[in-house]
Amino acid sequence: MFAPILPAALLAQLPILQVVIPLLAAPVCVLLRRSKWVHDFSLLVTAIVAMTSLVLLQFVLNSGDVSYALGGFAPPWGIEYRIDSANAAVLLLVSVSGFLVLLQSRASIEKEIPKQKHPLFYTAFLLCLTGLLGVAATGDAFNAFVFLEISSLATYALVAMGKSPRALTAAFRYLILGTIGASTFVIGVGLLYMATGTLNMSDLATRIPASPHHTVIQAALALIIVGIGLKAAIFPLHLWLPNVYTFAPMVVATFLAATATKVALYLLARFLFVIFGDASFAGILLMPLALLAMFLASIAALQQGNVKRILAYSSIAQIGYMFFALALASTQAVAAAWLLMLTHALAKGGLFMAVAGIALQTGSSNLDDWKGIAKQMPWSAAVMVVCLLSLVGVPLTAGFVAKWSLLIAIFSTSGSIILVAVVAATSLLTLLYAGKILETIYLGNFDEQHASPNLREAPIAMLVIAMLVAAMNIYFGLNGTVLSDLSKRAALALLSGF
Amino acid sequence: MNDTSALYLAILLPLLGAVFIAALRNQPNLREATTLITSVVLFANVCWLVASVANGATLRATNILPMPVPGLFLSFELEPLGAMFAAIASGLWIINSLYSIGYMRANKEKHQTRFYICFAIAIAAAMGIALAGDLITLFVFYEVLTLATYPLVAHKQTAEAKAGARTYLLILLSTSVFFLLFAIAWTYDIAGTVTFAQGGILNGSIENWLAPILLACFAFGIGKAALLPVHLWLPAAMVAPTPVSALLHAVAVVKAGVFTVLKVGIYIFGIDFLEQTEASQWLAWLAGASILYASVRALTQDNLKARLAYSTVSQLSYVTLAMALATPLGALAGALQIAMHAFGKITLFMCAGAIYVASYRTQVSDLNGLAHAMPITFAVFAVGALSIIGAPLLGGFWVKWEIISTANTPEQFIFIIVMIASSILSLAYFAPIIGRGFFLPSAQASGNAAACAPKEAPLLCVLPPIISAVICIILFFQIDALRRFLEPIFQAIP
Repeated sequence: MFAPILPAALLAQLPILQVVIPLLAAPVCVLLRRSKWVHDFSLLVTAIVAMTSLVLLQFVLNSGDVSYALGGFAPPWGIEYRIDSANAAVLLLVSVSGFLVLLQSRASIEKEIPKQKHPLFYTAFLLCLTGLLGVAATGDAFNAFVFLEISSLATYALVAMGKSPRALTAAFRYLILGTIGASTFVIGVGLLYMATGTLNMSDLATRIPASPHHTVIQAALALIIVGIGLKAAIFPLHLWLPNVYTFAPMVVATFLAATATKVALYLLARFLFVIFGDASFAGILLMPLALLAMFLASIAALQQGNVKRILAYSSIAQIGYMFFALALASTQAVAAAWLLMLTHALAKGGLFMAVAGIALQTGSSNLDDWKGIAKQMPWSAAVMVVCLLSLVGVPLTAGFVAKWSLLIAIFSTSGSIILVAVVAATSLLTLLYAGKILETIYLGNFDEQHASPNLREAPIAMLVIAMLVAAMNIYFGLNGTVLSDLSKRAALALLSGF
Repeated sequence: MNDTSALYLAILLPLLGAVFIAALRNQPNLREATTLITSVVLFANVCWLVASVANGATLRATNILPMPVPGLFLSFELEPLGAMFAAIASGLWIINSLYSIGYMRANKEKHQTRFYICFAIAIAAAMGIALAGDLITLFVFYEVLTLATYPLVAHKQTAEAKAGARTYLLILLSTSVFFLLFAIAWTYDIAGTVTFAQGGILNGSIENWLAPILLACFAFGIGKAALLPVHLWLPAAMVAPTPVSALLHAVAVVKAGVFTVLKVGIYIFGIDFLEQTEASQWLAWLAGASILYASVRALTQDNLKARLAYSTVSQLSYVTLAMALATPLGALAGALQIAMHAFGKITLFMCAGAIYVASYRTQVSDLNGLAHAMPITFAVFAVGALSIIGAPLLGGFWVKWEIISTANTPEQFIFIIVMIASSILSLAYFAPIIGRGFFLPSAQASGNAAACAPKEAPLLCVLPPIISAVICIILFFQIDALRRFLEPIFQAIP
């Protein structure tokens, strides 16, 4: 829809502009200094990036993959950026989330982060965005590591800006684990380079089968899976996640919940299906972990008293679903994984936005302090209802579209009734913790003594965006074709290789 | 207006009503007027649909909302069974709304706006179930109905109400996710479609030994049909205010369950297919056991509403039994039972509510002599009870008649005995209620109940059950019209 009006020369640069714009804008934030200017500037940048990725997706869907040689050095020697349907979808997910989250959380940023730190906050935010977009866009294994580190380092800083002192320990723990993950990842990439002599992903894909160093490549695969697994918070490498989501500023938690783990998941899918190409191996390794994540994290979510922690454990469980779908390794199942990814971003993003609003007004994210707040904050509560239903996968919401395609994928891929039963059982656990939240905010008896008497609805700007996301959950539930077509294209792109 | 738009309107009207109810939350009179007007308009709209079905029109509207998997759409269809269910639900909504206004105001219940909104959404979901053209669409609205009625069951917000509502939600959702969705996906995998079609879609595509297993997934997945042992949600949901109980037991929820069972039997498996493979034989036995077990449990309940709840469990299994007998006549009897039981049971619940409003009595043992103070309520209650028992001159009679005449073969003779035993048992659990009211001297009631001198409940609590009781009598005489209306479900009925 936008592609025709852009000059061809500009269109050709889109893959790199996507990443370079936020990268260059990040230091500008420090120079701008004034909190208001910085906010508007970052908003503008994220808007441009979101438009870019939309045009890019449009282009890829209409005219096929885009390859961009960085600095004019032709791949495989130069760094290649390669956009196909799989990562175009991820790019759109990340950039639109970045834009909506910034648009939504003005009020909560002002409350949670001291004014003098604002320029630094936006710098880190844009860097984090750069990193995530870079990981998704690049077609070069080492470049992926670089961007992974950019996003991680920025995230450590962002998490540490949380108000509670425990944000520091959360950030520190994430830093230690994240660095271990990055190290194993880079060692894995190094081994691959040693065995094949190339870092370009499509080049790797053709050389790995021919390489004599079979054991080295096996080791590289193991290291890379662990490295990315840490970023993706796949059970049992998820330990950093609950505290990060709980103690980071709300805006950061919202952004990370919608994007960060998904990018890592994408990267893993790229390595497994495109570079190594041996999908059956992935199933044996990932399936048990995914099943454990789905069960244990859902049970853990049930036991939490803090809403943010419930949602954090729920994220770990939902990541389990996505890995579960990847592990089935058929086109239908990978498409289901992409659908799960997109719809989970919609549901979790909307939830965190609503939680941000409610936490801003009540000053607490403990479920006990939220009893009966639906009366004072009916709209925020309504957003919670819609997004939680989508998370559970109730019909007429986006979540159902994903759950249904997962079910069909299980049937057609493995035909295992046990796996279907497991998915059903964990859906039920999801329902239990979603029900716990909803019951408290709607039917909990309002505690007159504790709650402040003039509890009001969240600021209108926060509310409107959260409601928009909730509406998207319903829209894509009614009109599932858009997302499912996109997911199918993504799966085809991954499984047919470059 | 054509049939297609009338079909969509049936689902949209109650939703629109819900929006207006929310907007008018500060003006109770206007709010209640909106509920009533919406229900009347909806009923008129459904009558239009019924009239065109009676003239032989059928209609299928697909491609409304594309769904994720190719070939799957939300689709709607107009056929006699669904039209009948839609007519019952929308018609009873009018009666129930009148009653709700009387009951909720007399009891000074809180959160009335939420109550009316959820009620309207539940009706919209019931319309969606009635008019669904395939299993997925039906499933979608089935889940909406569960979710919309949850706040109604938890209405009082006491710990007890919340616990009951939680059980209600958990049993219904878990059975639907575990078994029903699974069965639908399985059906789709086998047959390549989930669209309802005359004569069924599974014939020839499923192996004979798998058919009973698939049927079991449906039968237990449709928790709303309250087959043993998933019936436990019904007694748990008893904590709800009486108009909600009426909604659950008569208007929408359990009826949606047995309606779905019938739909699956007739349009997915196909009655002929069930008859050939005898896939439903075990289900008939289980339904028979359900009928007797729940009747015996009803005998032992002292709480009036609990007794009615177990009576519902037993009566619902009539529908499942009738379907499982796998004859066209049996399935027709099941469809009749949906109508007859709806009017009979709503009468009973509204009377129970009227007794509570007027005297705060909830236990059967407290009812002694109350009929002298409330003769109309008890007389109407007796009419409803006799219809459920299956006495002639009341609609319920025909169901027993049809089931007994279709089971009149050596193999199925046992079910005739079940029918007779069930009638005797239901007489046994209803007679004490009426008998205590009319013939025993009134005793000193305890607690709240002692504080007030019982008299007839307000007009709006008494008039609605009178109407529904009268309809029970009309149904007895109009049975031929109803049968003629339903016959196109099968090509020909012997």
